Amino acid sequence: MSGTVIEIVRPKGEETETVGRAVYEHPLPVRLCHWLNAISLFVMVGSGLQIFRAFPSFGAKIPQKDLLNWPKSFAIGGWLGGALQWHLTFMWIYLATGVIYLGYQIFSGNYRQVLFTHKDLSGVRPMVKHYFFAGPKPPQHEAYNALQKHAYTSAIGLGVLSVLTGLAVWKPVQFSWLAWLMGGFHWARLWHFLVMWAILAFVFGHLVMVILHGWNNFMSMLTGWKKDPEY
Amino acid sequence: MEPGSDKAEAAESKDGRAKAAVPVNADAKTFDGKLVDAKSADPQAVRPTIIGPTISQHKFSQMSRRELLKVVPVIALGAFAIPSFQETLLKKGLSFSDWVSARMFRNGHLAPTFADTALTPFEKFPINDYDVDDPGVIFENWTLTVGGAVQKPGDYRLAQIQALPRLRQNTRHVCVEGWDVIGRFGGARLSDFLNMIGADTSARYITVACADDYYESLDMETALHPQTLLCYEMYDRPLTREHGAPLRLSIPTKIGYKQAKYLTHLKVTNVLEKVGYWEDQGYSSFYGL
Repeated sequence: MSGTVIEIVRPKGEETETVGRAVYEHPLPVRLCHWLNAISLFVMVGSGLQIFRAFPSFGAKIPQKDLLNWPKSFAIGGWLGGALQWHLTFMWIYLATGVIYLGYQIFSGNYRQVLFTHKDLSGVRPMVKHYFFAGPKPPQHEAYNALQKHAYTSAIGLGVLSVLTGLAVWKPVQFSWLAWLMGGFHWARLWHFLVMWAILAFVFGHLVMVILHGWNNFMSMLTGWKKDPEY
Repeated sequence: MEPGSDKAEAAESKDGRAKAAVPVNADAKTFDGKLVDAKSADPQAVRPTIIGPTISQHKFSQMSRRELLKVVPVIALGAFAIPSFQETLLKKGLSFSDWVSARMFRNGHLAPTFADTALTPFEKFPINDYDVDDPGVIFENWTLTVGGAVQKPGDYRLAQIQALPRLRQNTRHVCVEGWDVIGRFGGARLSDFLNMIGADTSARYITVACADDYYESLDMETALHPQTLLCYEMYDRPLTREHGAPLRLSIPTKIGYKQAKYLTHLKVTNVLEKVGYWEDQGYSSFYGL
C-alpha cells in the first residue's frame, strides 16, 4: 500500500545496522499504466503529427496557408495512411490504459496522494518560489507537493481532453453534439492539436523533474519502492 | 517471499530497531505480510510515516527485482516495432477501429446541415482525384450499369435517376487529409434508387466502379441512410466534369474518399473482392464520420 515505509538493515556482528529506508510509492497498476502510457503517448503524438502534415493548417483549403512544416523525420507512420493506422490502433491502448489507471486510482483510494484539492492551494506559492525563484525548500510531509499534484492532476485532465477532442474529430457526425460543445468541427481539430502541445509541455516538465530528482526516485516508478525518501 | 520467512526476519532484527513489529495490515500485496498500516505516531504530520518493519538489504534487493519483473510485460508493446509483426498488428488495429465505427453508426442520426450562408464558395471547393480531374466521360452514351443482387439489372440513364425525388442538402465534406468544406449537393436518395432497381437490401454492400478506374464500396446500412445521395448536382447546377459528372456519391456520414466520382457501375453484393482504392492502400474501410 502506498506510503508504507520500511527500514533496510544489514547484519553487523550479532546485531543489525540500518542502511536506509524505503517508501512504497507506486503500486503495480500505476507503474504498468505509466509505462504503457509513455509508449502510447509517444506513438500518438508521432503519428498525430504525421496526420497533421497532410493538412498543416486550420484555415481554408483554398488558399491553403500552412501553420508549420513539421519534419517527416519526427513523425511516425511514413505517410498519412500509415500514420492513421498507428493512430487508430494505439488510441485503444492509450484509452484502455487511461481507464484502467483512473479506475485503479479511484477504487483503491490511491488517488488521494496525487489529486490536487483546495487543501493544496496554500502550498502552491511556496513551491513556485522554490522551483522558479530560488526560494527556500518547503518541508515535505507527503509523497507529492502541491505543484506536483497540480501537474499530475492536470495531466489526467489533458488526457481526458485529448480523447474527447479526438472523438469529435474522428466522429463529427455520430458525436455532433460533442463537436458542437467544442465550437464545431474546426475548433475540435484545433483543440485536439492544442491539447497535444499542452501534454507535451507537461511531459517536458516531467522529464526535467525526473532527471533532477535522481536515480532512486526514477527507480520507484519501476519497482514501486523509493530508497531514502525525504519524508 | 514465503510466509515462513517471517520468522527469519524477526531473528535478524532482534536489536529491537523495529519499533512496531506488529503485523497489522495483512492484505498488503507486495510485501510479506508484515506491513503496518500507516497510522500516525505523530498527529502533526500530514503524511504519517512510521518506521515499521525492517528488511535485510538482500531481501530488499530480491523484492525490488521481483517488482521490476512485474513491469516487464510492458515490453510486449515492442511487438509493434518488429517488422514481421507490425503490418499484421496495425491491420488488426485498424479493423478494430472500423468495427467500433460500424457499431457507432446510427441510421437515424443525421449529419449536420447548414444554411446557405455557411456554404464554401464553389470556386473554393477543392478537387481531388487519383488519376485525372476529367476522365472524359461522353455524356450522350453514359449509363449506370447495375448488377448483382437486384431484380432489375441493366443500364440506367441519368434521366431515370433524375426522375426520382430530388433532395438538395448543404453538408460538410471532410477529406482524410484534414480539411473540410461545406457544399451543396443535389440528387436522388440512394435508397430510392435501390428500391427502383429491386435491390436486395439485406445484402451487405454496394460496390461502385468509375470512369477513371477508381472503385469503392459502401456498407448497406450507410447506403440506406436518408442523406446518402446519387448526386448529379452541385450548388443547384449539374455536376461539372472535375467534380464527378454526370453522377457521383454524396455521403455526409462518410469520409471524402468514399464518395466516388464519375460512376459507371453499381453492384449489390455480399462479397467484396476489393474494398476501395484508398482502402487497398491501407486506409480505413468503414470510415464513417
